[in-house]
Amino acid sequence: MKYVDEYRDGDLAAKIAAAIAAEVRPDRTYSFMEFCGGHTHAISRYGLEDLLPANVRMIHGPGCPVCVLPVGRIDDAVRLARRPGVTLLTYGDMMRVPGSKGTSLLKAKAAGADIRMVYSTLDALRIAEAEPDREVVFFAIGFETTTPPTAVALKLAAEKRLPNLSFFVNHVLTPVAMRAILTAPPVPGERPVAIEGFVGPAHVSTIIGLEPYREFAERHRKPVVVAGFEPLDVMQAVLMLVRQVNEQRAEVENQYIRAVTPAGNVAAQSLVDRFFELRESFEWRGLGSVPASALKLRDEWAALDAEKRFSVETIRADDNPACECGAILRGQKRPAECKLFGTVCTPETPMGACMVSSEGACAAHWTYGRFREHDSLRRAS
Amino acid sequence: MKAYRRKLDLANGRVDLGHGSGGRAMADLVSGIFREAFANPFLDQGNDQAAFPTPRGGRMVMTTDGYVVSPLFFPGGDIGSLAVHGTVNDIAMSGARPLHLSASYIVEEGFPLADLKRIADSMGRAARAAGVTIVTGDTKVVERGKADGLFISTAGIGELPDGLDLSGDRAEPGDVVVLSGSIGDHGVAIMSSRENLEFETAILSDSAALNGLVEAMVAAAGPHLKLMRDPTRGGLAATLNELAHQSGVGFRIEEAAIPVKPEVAAACELLGLDPLNVANEGKLVAVVSPAGADALLAAMRAHPLGAEAAAIGTVVADDQQFVQMTTGFGGGRIVDWLSGEQLPRIC
Ligand code: SF4
Repeated sequence: MKYVDEYRDGDLAAKIAAAIAAEVRPDRTYSFMEFCGGHTHAISRYGLEDLLPANVRMIHGPGCPVCVLPVGRIDDAVRLARRPGVTLLTYGDMMRVPGSKGTSLLKAKAAGADIRMVYSTLDALRIAEAEPDREVVFFAIGFETTTPPTAVALKLAAEKRLPNLSFFVNHVLTPVAMRAILTAPPVPGERPVAIEGFVGPAHVSTIIGLEPYREFAERHRKPVVVAGFEPLDVMQAVLMLVRQVNEQRAEVENQYIRAVTPAGNVAAQSLVDRFFELRESFEWRGLGSVPASALKLRDEWAALDAEKRFSVETIRADDNPACECGAILRGQKRPAECKLFGTVCTPETPMGACMVSSEGACAAHWTYGRFREHDSLRRAS
Repeated sequence: MKAYRRKLDLANGRVDLGHGSGGRAMADLVSGIFREAFANPFLDQGNDQAAFPTPRGGRMVMTTDGYVVSPLFFPGGDIGSLAVHGTVNDIAMSGARPLHLSASYIVEEGFPLADLKRIADSMGRAARAAGVTIVTGDTKVVERGKADGLFISTAGIGELPDGLDLSGDRAEPGDVVVLSGSIGDHGVAIMSSRENLEFETAILSDSAALNGLVEAMVAAAGPHLKLMRDPTRGGLAATLNELAHQSGVGFRIEEAAIPVKPEVAAACELLGLDPLNVANEGKLVAVVSPAGADALLAAMRAHPLGAEAAAIGTVVADDQQFVQMTTGFGGGRIVDWLSGEQLPRIC
């Protein structure tokens, strides 16, 4: 616990907050995107917004693996789970994600589909071995962090020649999504996005290292500070970004040196490479279709690929047209500016991606921050 | 902004696990189905027990509860002792003295008799220790696969002293919120012993009967004591939100004042859970007028089950009924009900 406490020290936070306040220039604003839902969560849960000067604005990015999975893929998973003889294994936080027409894995389970929550990819092997007469499908999702564990399970499944285990792969790539946000053409009628720097993801970077962020610093002139998920990490990353902006630098810096090395986890990278290759294109909730932004199994592993085994053909399904997720994920709007926020769209009945997991921008604002508008309305009236 | 409540889809909806988690979905289910079907003034009070006058004078309190915990045996307790503690506590939270319980067992075919005996013995021991008697019961056996081993349901009655009127709708702005000890112990103990999730921790469930502590509190604070509730499923967060709605007030609490054991905090960190949402089985929250707060805290701290008692915040006027918290970091946030089940994060 000592380990955690060190990163939760309120006095230290006040010192960093004072340093940020002293260094920001009063005549300008600073907009930084934390790509990762883990950071969004930390910012909301510890009320960090209250500790930052008013002209430092955090934009909550799309980095929640649960939030970005498109409706069509959830529908695929529900259809897979409803097939007779199939047992679908999923991480718990996927259960409530809405598919089209109000479906979700939780509802499919309540209606009788054999859907089980697991905590690790190795549970998939255990269940497939223990129940040879079931077709066990592992719903693999997540960013670069969760891909190596899937690869380990694939390796073991291949070694053990388990005939009844397959993987429905939905692993997505962080740097590609960051690039998509930065290079998205401005939407007519919407404010242009002004992202001046990124708080880079923690766990993802332990795997991929720092190199993949180089292009943002060099080509796009946006500083990136890779930071841990503790609230002090985030505060310190903001200070480092403010300094870079003030000094007109754009570099990749590593705040999270206790876990991230420049090269990342090379062994994990090569294991991932053995099993996966790039998909031509993949649909993201809120961002649309992004080329080369996700992984699929290589052809030689077709026997382990649920998409091939069960001929999955994703049918595109749209989010609610009133949902402003896209603009929110790109930093053009804030959650409360969406008409559906808190009326029909709440964490119990999420309409769009950002409300789905507690790490999405709308859910974080709903769960931890909605008193802010309420209080400012009250002060104004 | 309205505090949005989900309308139940009675035509097509189905019960899902989220409806049982003690969060907002469950509150919606209860008010949309049971409260409507059974409508009466006792139920409408929304407490975990009902107080009613007996025909010959005096007042009694009654409560009922079901226990479906998995695993049945966990560090610091088992389903039998838990059933006694939970029921005794629901009665005690009204200030009443618990007297008698009933126990109804639904057992699955194939269940080991040795385990059944162990659970019943533990239940008997817990009842004797709490000073209540289990005076009636029922046993049903269902086919394999229909009961996850064993379910217990209980009812309990108690006697309410004259002049005592505790209820969840009595919190008023200015009142002090008191918590009897560290939160999250029970939930973490259960999770640490769940299949697939086993992790090393020395944490024991806090499962305990609180009627002794309550007696000391009533004696010390008298009419200053407004209400008590045990933050079980849904944790402290759900309990404070329930009370905010019942009383039509807001709460402002201080994270730094809320006791959390380091091991519990570490386990929650690991699993991506918030201790505020994690279940307790031997803790209570009390609301007391400022004039009685010191005496109440002193009496609680003098009792073994309230040794760590702390004032954690105050009741404020708030038409939105928000539970707001100053974080240990100095920022502000809402403490909301959990939506759906509390599920470990993947990332
Ligand atoms: S409030 Fe809901 S509908 Fe609106 S942008 Fe957020 S997720 Fe989409």
